[in-house]
Amino acid sequence: MGLRVNDLKVYYQTLRGEVKALDGVTFAVGDGEILGLAGESGCGKTTLGKSLIRMDGRMRHTGGTVELDGAELPIGDDRRMNRFRFSEVSIIPQYAMSAMNPTRKIGKMVADLLESRGLRYRNLAGELERRLDLVELPREVLGSYPLELSGGMKQRMVMVISTLLDPSLLIADEITSALDVSTQKAVARTLVGFRDRGFVRSVIFITHDISLTYQIADTIMVMYAGKVAEKARADVIVNAPRHPYTKLLISSLPEVGVRYADRKLAGIPGSPPSLLDPPTGCRFRDRCPLAHDKCAEEPPAVEVEPDHFVACWKA
Amino acid sequence: MTQTDQIVLPAKRRGGETLHFALRNKKLLVGAFVVLAALVLAIAGPILHDVSPTEYIGVPGQAPGGDHLLGTTMFGQDVYSQFVHGLRSTFLVGLLGGGLAAVVGMVVGFVAGYRGGWVDEILNMVTNILLVIPTLAVLIIIAAYLKVRGVMVEALFIGFTSWPWAARAVRAQTLTLASRDFVDLARLSGVRTWKIITREIAPNMSSYLFMTFILLFGGAVLAAATLDFIGLGPTDGMSLGLMMNNAVKWSALQLGLWWWFVPPGIGITAVVGALYVMNVGLDEVFNPRLRET
Amino acid sequence: MLKLDAVAKIYKVGAFGGRTLTAVDDVGFEIRSGEVVSLIGESGSGKSTVGRMVLGLTAVTRGSITYDGADIATLPRKAYYRSVQGVFQDPFSCYNPVFKADRVFRMIKEEYFPRVAAPEWDAKIEESLDDVRLNPAQVLGKYPHQLSGGQLQRLLIARALLLDIKFLVADEITSMLDASTRIDVLNLLADLKSRGLGVLFVTHDLSLGNYVSERTVVMHRGHVVEMGLTDKVFTDPRHPYTAKLLSSVPQLTTKWDDTPAVPLDILDYGAAALVEVEPGHLVRQEQSLRSVN
Repeated sequence: MGLRVNDLKVYYQTLRGEVKALDGVTFAVGDGEILGLAGESGCGKTTLGKSLIRMDGRMRHTGGTVELDGAELPIGDDRRMNRFRFSEVSIIPQYAMSAMNPTRKIGKMVADLLESRGLRYRNLAGELERRLDLVELPREVLGSYPLELSGGMKQRMVMVISTLLDPSLLIADEITSALDVSTQKAVARTLVGFRDRGFVRSVIFITHDISLTYQIADTIMVMYAGKVAEKARADVIVNAPRHPYTKLLISSLPEVGVRYADRKLAGIPGSPPSLLDPPTGCRFRDRCPLAHDKCAEEPPAVEVEPDHFVACWKA
Repeated sequence: MTQTDQIVLPAKRRGGETLHFALRNKKLLVGAFVVLAALVLAIAGPILHDVSPTEYIGVPGQAPGGDHLLGTTMFGQDVYSQFVHGLRSTFLVGLLGGGLAAVVGMVVGFVAGYRGGWVDEILNMVTNILLVIPTLAVLIIIAAYLKVRGVMVEALFIGFTSWPWAARAVRAQTLTLASRDFVDLARLSGVRTWKIITREIAPNMSSYLFMTFILLFGGAVLAAATLDFIGLGPTDGMSLGLMMNNAVKWSALQLGLWWWFVPPGIGITAVVGALYVMNVGLDEVFNPRLRET
Repeated sequence: MLKLDAVAKIYKVGAFGGRTLTAVDDVGFEIRSGEVVSLIGESGSGKSTVGRMVLGLTAVTRGSITYDGADIATLPRKAYYRSVQGVFQDPFSCYNPVFKADRVFRMIKEEYFPRVAAPEWDAKIEESLDDVRLNPAQVLGKYPHQLSGGQLQRLLIARALLLDIKFLVADEITSMLDASTRIDVLNLLADLKSRGLGVLFVTHDLSLGNYVSERTVVMHRGHVVEMGLTDKVFTDPRHPYTAKLLSSVPQLTTKWDDTPAVPLDILDYGAAALVEVEPGHLVRQEQSLRSVN
């Protein structure tokens, strides 16, 4: 069943008008799938992650629907969403360091959290400990304060807590960007392990680092200026991208082994359009080397081959 | 390393925005109006109403409304004249005492926060010692030793004893600002320390400094009123606290001469209260998170 | 040109500075003109501290940093900054938010070129903006929040170019930038060396370091663990820490191998010395290491 998002629009209310941060996004995430959500700052990836679990005060659900396992998620209704949070949809926050109350022992904090959901800590304690063993955290952490854990340990602890009720959908927003490369690898792998064991059914892994997404995601969705540019299997996105933005983005990444002296890489000139008053037609038009007249019309997302969606007239 | 989807808004000019919110903040407007009205009265009052506040010129104990706008004291002094002169010295004490405290507090805070190391440790120690000394008690002792006291001297004392908390607050702000990269960049541009403090750090906390001054102003007014009330006020001159002190000394309350102590009471409360309300208003103007939307 | 010799930075921590914390120890390497050296390490490795010490923003506790043979501690600051400059990680915090972004240029003019006439100075600014491929009309007269991270970072490089610098410390200058603009700033850095500049490129990202630099220095827990030609260090890492870092970097060409990460956490490099394993390739000797968990 998984997640189905249909023409989702989420706008930010600001003093200067509506910022169309998410403007008609359609995609699905299947059971057991890890969807990597990639794109640059301001592309709407964080907004998408937030809208699926908790909108902040300035966000408005302007249109479209979200379905999880066949039931509609009332994402615009903060109160009704409460029933789904943590049990159906869960999130691993970006800053695990500050996600935990520093004055409560971790075990106590988990108990509070479960109680607020009408659950008994005792009934779940066994499962909690099994999962701690799995991520190689000593059980003693439950009796310690968050301060006593290292960054990587805290991140793993938060991962265990947010998936304790086996949510159907897990959102991981830039969870590794504050971590060192070696810790990053361990955390990313733990996430895959959770999926493999069925602790979570589907995962949306949000990051600005495509190389990292490629390591763990089954599917990658590239966003640009509030819209989906391209979505395909991870190896297809990386090795055979069809959207010019994806192509340019991938070719701008220096890889270990690529040297300036041997092969000079190039960035993408220009910057993304303002989402306060986005241009009509293709939003990448101004920076696109392939742009032509047709691009003044908005390109629909076309399935160019099975499970490969591209929103570009030239694809 | 983090790249979140920020919505970067090309905001209007800072000054314009501040003014925009300032003119729409009721607390600030009401507070400023009261303070300004009192200030106008303090400046214009003694000029327009040229009657000595200490001279015995009328019938003693006269109620307001007759020859004298606010009546007379038990000795026949003009209460209105006393009030406007007192208001004037209230502003003088506030401006001078509060201003002095603000200057000392800022210098100490900036230097301690920016230089750090042993300079910070020494300044911090001095600040903390002054902070725990019961200021009022010291003021009482000093005031009691001086035979001749004027409003100016009083303001000086208050100024030199009330800066510590301001210094601490400024130091804390400076500490966080001094670690910002633009301060390093100024150092890399060969800018001297003092210029960095005044040109890079201070402008970033101008709203904070302004609020500090307002609070110190109010504090100085209150401290002066307290000193005057317990009889350690100026020996020459008039102040609102001194009026209350005299009123109590000569049992105005028991004799029903309410016009003798009510005006100075209202005066002090209005000025200090309005300053504090202004401060809350300013806080809302400068701090976007407190702005009512 | 710039030489670090057994440099150490030891902080005094705790009450009365009773305990010490060694942030950097025994760091020595040299950077020549027209050469980019990348200094690679994870957070807490001491790499940024090294950058700050080279810029004279943090004092050296032991050892020495010499520029053209003279100890930088003895050089007049202002003269030193004429030839050695830095660019930092967070472009947004490098600008004083209260002022316009081009104020960083004016600061340079006031301190270093007070007598240069305005038209001449404007031409100089235009020239250096051209060097960093910025359009003057798009960046001059704007507030920092109106510019993108990439533009701000390039403005800072342009600022450094106004002085005829010989050496640039680039501390994580691309980590806040998006992938599509990051590479342009890196290319710019690599171009600088063709003008004979020496660049210390401090980064946590191995692929970036590999892209721009001739030589690489890898730091861990305040110590240099390996250094040598970038080619050699990346293709034939001799130190287990370097090898571990390389195997953890996510790449587009290969997926992570499935072997579980080898736990390696060397807490104490003690007296382990750097040994030359082949000409110009130094590795901190392993036998004496105490490996934990």
